Amino acid sequence: MRTVVIQPVFGEWRERARELLALRVPPEEVLWSEDGEDPGLFDILETASPLGDVPKVPAAFLDLARRVAAHRDARRWGVLYRVLWRLTFCGERHLLSLPTDRDVHQLQQWQKTINRDVHKMHAFARFRLVGKDEASNREQFVAWFEPEHRIVRLASSFFEKRFVGMDWSILTPYECAHWDGSKLHFSPGVPRSAAPDEDALDELWRTYFRSIFNPARLKVHAMQTEMPKKYWKNLPEAPLIADLISGSSERVKQMLRTEARPAKPAPKNAYLDYLRELNTPTQSPPEAPSQSA
Amino acid sequence: MDLTHKLEILADAAKYDASCASSGAAKKDSRGGKGVGSTGGAGICHSYAPDGRCISLLKVLLTNACLYDCHYCINRRSSNVQRARFTPDEVVQLTLDFYKRNFIEGLFLSSGIIRSADYTMELVIEVARKLREEHQFRGYIHLKTIPEASPALIEMAGRYADRISINIELPTQEGLTKLAPEKNLDRTQEAMGHIRGKIEERHTEKRKPNAPKPPPFATGQSTQMLVGADDSTDAVILQRADVLYSDYRLRRVYYSGFSPIPEPSSLLPIKPPPLVREHRLYQADWLLRFYGFRVDEIASADAPNLDLQLDPKLAWALRNRATFPADVNRASREILLRVPGLGVRNVERILSARRYTRLRLADLLLLRVSMKKVLPFIIAADHTPARLGLDSDTLRQRFLPPPLQTELNFDAPPVSGEIDSVRSGEL
Repeated sequence: MRTVVIQPVFGEWRERARELLALRVPPEEVLWSEDGEDPGLFDILETASPLGDVPKVPAAFLDLARRVAAHRDARRWGVLYRVLWRLTFCGERHLLSLPTDRDVHQLQQWQKTINRDVHKMHAFARFRLVGKDEASNREQFVAWFEPEHRIVRLASSFFEKRFVGMDWSILTPYECAHWDGSKLHFSPGVPRSAAPDEDALDELWRTYFRSIFNPARLKVHAMQTEMPKKYWKNLPEAPLIADLISGSSERVKQMLRTEARPAKPAPKNAYLDYLRELNTPTQSPPEAPSQSA
Repeated sequence: MDLTHKLEILADAAKYDASCASSGAAKKDSRGGKGVGSTGGAGICHSYAPDGRCISLLKVLLTNACLYDCHYCINRRSSNVQRARFTPDEVVQLTLDFYKRNFIEGLFLSSGIIRSADYTMELVIEVARKLREEHQFRGYIHLKTIPEASPALIEMAGRYADRISINIELPTQEGLTKLAPEKNLDRTQEAMGHIRGKIEERHTEKRKPNAPKPPPFATGQSTQMLVGADDSTDAVILQRADVLYSDYRLRRVYYSGFSPIPEPSSLLPIKPPPLVREHRLYQADWLLRFYGFRVDEIASADAPNLDLQLDPKLAWALRNRATFPADVNRASREILLRVPGLGVRNVERILSARRYTRLRLADLLLLRVSMKKVLPFIIAADHTPARLGLDSDTLRQRFLPPPLQTELNFDAPPVSGEIDSVRSGEL
């Protein structure tokens, strides 16, 4: 049994996995550890000579592995290596087409979690205007987000492509991403207090949120499935939710109590006359009224 | 009137449009430009209102003043609702401000009809033009169009928008004549046919080798049908939807259960249809588009309305028990798609996995297939349903929802608690 200590990033796992494959080390002989202090470490990898080439793996596996690597579950490195081993040295090239395989299923579950985390970051990170760069005349925005997994790098290219015309930073507790109009770069995580709390537009956004809600079709569970409460503390509109829910029943009763209005007669209007003629077929189609009508 | 007040009125006026999709646009982004915006991919919901609806776009009317008198609509001319009107620049600025804060995917702009169809269309197009040309905005734009607007204007709307739509509102002309006297089914469909032609024309141009890239055009059109405002049956609604999908190549038909509005009309039912009816229509819609069902298999002349207690696929399976059991290790894709409890994705997974292995119940459990639903209808390597099960009269009973418990939350209007998805019909 050997212990392999790695930094918890995909590139690092990939390097170690290649070395292990070259030495033909089967997965059951490897213990993966993210703990850099582990005293039991003695690195046999550097002293041993490789037994052969590293076989090629399907591109789909690398893509899957890159995403799974962002998950926080410590077992991921071992499962990834086992699947890699089975793909290359166990003749199971088709393994990824077997969603009922326990290892593949586990990887796909992790991948799903990561994809969801990335998607929610794209959805719920909220930029706040903090100023304007005098020299470049570019607006500067800062967002705060708390992802569950280590997804900042996976999620950033989306923001890079979308918000080219403004400077922005996305701050998270473990890593931050920054865009200055030409280059994306990353820096270590910061505490919540480093990000601004408010934006002048928040109130207008709350007005929109309040107005677009239809009290006659309350579906609180459907809302919470897609927007779980854990995100609410960083969403400017979330404080409105409780009142919108509790007030909805009274608003609907009010609508039902309102006396129904009769139809008013049509006003004099050339366009309405034209429509009416269209709706009653005649020999020749009517002329459209001119714009100034 | 200040901007906040206008937004209140004009967002409130727009909320009865169910569509908020931001998916299905051509891939584009702001690289190489000075502005912001990107589209393509699955679409993003940036928030959810307590009505369970996704908030993806800034959905507003340019004005809620309207010449028409559609009785289900809060903005009809007979309504006493307060009227407001945005200037094009106000909508442009709001869209950009919200977009830069990552509140939205883009703009969904509609309008009450003022003066004439063309006049209104020109105002709507002006907003989209400014966003695209003056601000290099590359986010999502959905424009509502008016069937009577001149074809040249509809084409211009299509050039700036990612999606354009015309609401069909009701499935029959009789319904329209009664409730929306200015609207006409034939003209609406004619305009949809024109849009379909334009979408396909661009598609063909794009595929020509060595030809210059054609100017952009919306990649799809959608529509909305009201449910429960007139007495159309589900069969009539689904037949209309089927025509729209097959003859006009619509991307989506949205079904909007008629809900009470603050300014009710004397021509309308007081009591809205149960929300579950809308949900069943979405499920049936999914069966038409992704599961290979025909309308007459789901809702026929004999039984024109969907079963509110059972989803339409399960209801079909119970009526067609001779088709089952289906062997998950042998049955064709077409048959597997008809098994209650198997969704499109799991059918694909089953087809992929069975090339290498014989599937057992534990495998299906791993794929999160609902055992309760699927067991009477399938054969697996370690399972054959009891003959008695499929023939039994009690099979339907097994699937009925439990009797509702007394609603204890007096603050909230009663809703059927089972519905999680709002506009999805995944089965």
